[in-house]
Amino acid sequence: MIAWFSDPTHWTGSDGVFALVIQHLIYSGVALFFACLIGLPIGLYVGHTGRGVVLIAGLANALRSLPSLGLIVLLVILFGPVFTSDMAFIVPSIIVLVLLAVPPIMSGTYAGVAAVDPAAVDAARGMGKRPLDILFDVELPCALPLIFSGLRSATLQIISTATIAAYVSLGGLGRLIIDGRAQNDYYQMAAGAVLVGALALLVDLAIGILSRLTVSPGLTRRL
Amino acid sequence: MRFDWLYRESGRIAELFLWHLGLSVIPVVIGLLLALPLGWLAQRAGFFRSTLLGAAGLLYTIPSLALFVLLPLVLGTRILDPMNVVVALTVYALALLVRTVSDGLESVPPDVIQAANAMGYRRLPRLFVVELPLAVPVIAAGLRVAVVSNVSIVSVAALIGTPQLGLLFTQGLQLRFLTPIIAGIVLCVLLAALLDGLVLFAAKRMTPWQPGGAER
Amino acid sequence: MAFSILKAAGAFALMALSATTTLAQTDPLGAAPAARTDKTTIIVGSADFPESQLLATIYAKALAAKGIKTDTKLNIGSREVYMPALLDGSIDLLPEYAGATLSYLDKNATAHSPEDVAKALKAALPAGVSMLTPSQAQDSDGVAVTRATAEKYKLKTIADLAPVASQLVLGGPPEWKTRKEGIIGLKELYGLEFKSFKSLDVGGPLTLSALVNDQVQAANLFSTDPAIADNKLVILEDVKNLFPAQNIVPVIAKAKVSDVVTKTLDAVSAALTTEDLIVMNGRLANHDSFDVVAGEWLAKHKLN
Repeated sequence: MIAWFSDPTHWTGSDGVFALVIQHLIYSGVALFFACLIGLPIGLYVGHTGRGVVLIAGLANALRSLPSLGLIVLLVILFGPVFTSDMAFIVPSIIVLVLLAVPPIMSGTYAGVAAVDPAAVDAARGMGKRPLDILFDVELPCALPLIFSGLRSATLQIISTATIAAYVSLGGLGRLIIDGRAQNDYYQMAAGAVLVGALALLVDLAIGILSRLTVSPGLTRRL
Repeated sequence: MRFDWLYRESGRIAELFLWHLGLSVIPVVIGLLLALPLGWLAQRAGFFRSTLLGAAGLLYTIPSLALFVLLPLVLGTRILDPMNVVVALTVYALALLVRTVSDGLESVPPDVIQAANAMGYRRLPRLFVVELPLAVPVIAAGLRVAVVSNVSIVSVAALIGTPQLGLLFTQGLQLRFLTPIIAGIVLCVLLAALLDGLVLFAAKRMTPWQPGGAER
Repeated sequence: MAFSILKAAGAFALMALSATTTLAQTDPLGAAPAARTDKTTIIVGSADFPESQLLATIYAKALAAKGIKTDTKLNIGSREVYMPALLDGSIDLLPEYAGATLSYLDKNATAHSPEDVAKALKAALPAGVSMLTPSQAQDSDGVAVTRATAEKYKLKTIADLAPVASQLVLGGPPEWKTRKEGIIGLKELYGLEFKSFKSLDVGGPLTLSALVNDQVQAANLFSTDPAIADNKLVILEDVKNLFPAQNIVPVIAKAKVSDVVTKTLDAVSAALTTEDLIVMNGRLANHDSFDVVAGEWLAKHKLN
């Protein structure tokens, strides 16, 4: 496997490691963006108003039991004929990635907002803040640690599932695993697996650092 | 949907379903058996706790397809061997349940433990008779997550040729045929719901003092 | 928190390191000694596309009709995966494509006509494996384009692609990247360098929809695929004989060959025609099961 990694032709070019990592990050980034766009507002609304708690808990559980491979294959067959470019395979895969990432973001946000100390909210109200200001100035910052933990599991899900999407001809590091199996090249498969693991770790670490930088020190008692 | 196709293939689908059931349940059971002592250790030893939970969280970050592919290296198995899938899923279940068991034991109120001490329980009997039963609701909640996500992860193993419901997905794609794919998804969701309900039911039976069952 | 992550990352690195050292001795995809104890059952394997699974089903049913115990392991993967499985005794019998098998075993093979390929293949088979009489039925690899592409660039043969290849994306199964009857041969023999290559599936729905959707402009399809006519695709003529004759031939572990087995499978091969394959592939595409299609074909030829 060391030989595989030290061969420079495996790193550059249109299907080299660098290109695959970038593809993997792009798919993941796009999916995470849309998942946040959907999950954050719903989580904030439910957490703030306390309405629909049972609904989103049930939804999160149901989505978790959906087999991602089956969904991707289903959507590729359904949507494939609709698009006339690479979008035919990319759009279905991204939809599945978003579907998988929304529940953890939604539940993390909801749990974060719901767990905010009521005294802090009361104090803000007493200071004359409007509901929306309370949400963004008090509840959101206080909920950040749990929001980040939801974001974290969502990101890991996405990176992991984006690997599977190589089966329907998507790029990314999964290519090495799927192509390696077809070519009976175990070293290529193993290299792909190590790279995906490393990528997941690095991204996880990056989110950890980001959350450290943005979460108020007053919350984590790191004053 | 082509129900005639489903009817004709029902024998094979039933076989795949049983494989899927086994591959989903066995790893969680092994994972739980390993997680109980480890979680107990993690809860008791402060320094050990951060390392153990950190390592467990890390194992959970490794994508499933990657783990299926890497395990033959560590285990010396062949790549088509279903054992790889069992071990990989055990790793995930263990990673999740160590934290759950430790959280569950943590959730036992200190005054209950003091009362047990006062009644003359030694450490181990106290663990089995008092602490573990009280930790059941939290452990059951973690177990439900482990079982349900396992059912979904198992289907990925179709990409490395292990027999289970995921083969319906790859076959459906090869034939551009929705019936096996939909059947596979429905059966996966049903299996997840069934196992989830089973854990819920068992936990309820084990905690008769809880008013609303095992849900917290 | 960050500290424990670092510690855990160290543990992961150690694990990866120990994995690389074990890898020095073992290759999980490589051949392993046979561990089978059952000597009488014949396990029929197949590649991961419908036609191969159908042929394997036909073999298994024909043998079973003669009282031979059989088992099937369908949908194993590409030749790069199932050939090692045949050698290590995980499977005993396979429906194969003569030309592709030959160039898998002998990278420098030049045989092209059915007779030459059969002769060369017989010589190239590894010890312990033998082939029975090839069928006249063929399913050859081809490079397909849409009719629109063919008209736009005036394409009739693969050689006509030379001036435009650099603007076109080629699609095919992942193993085409490393195969002679794939990117390598197209470059060496025809001097074709495509803009890029897209890994799809083995002449299946991904390849078809990618070609029809213009995600790729040229793709690997098989001559017995009824979708070629249905979607008005054009198979470019292989004027330089890159793709050798692909007669269907049973490849079997020597230890399992007997008079009954040989006679049965030879009768199957003698009855099978290329037209049969096209018709049966059409039925598979309409979701008739392998069992039904195989059973009806055998009944029609009184082989059941």
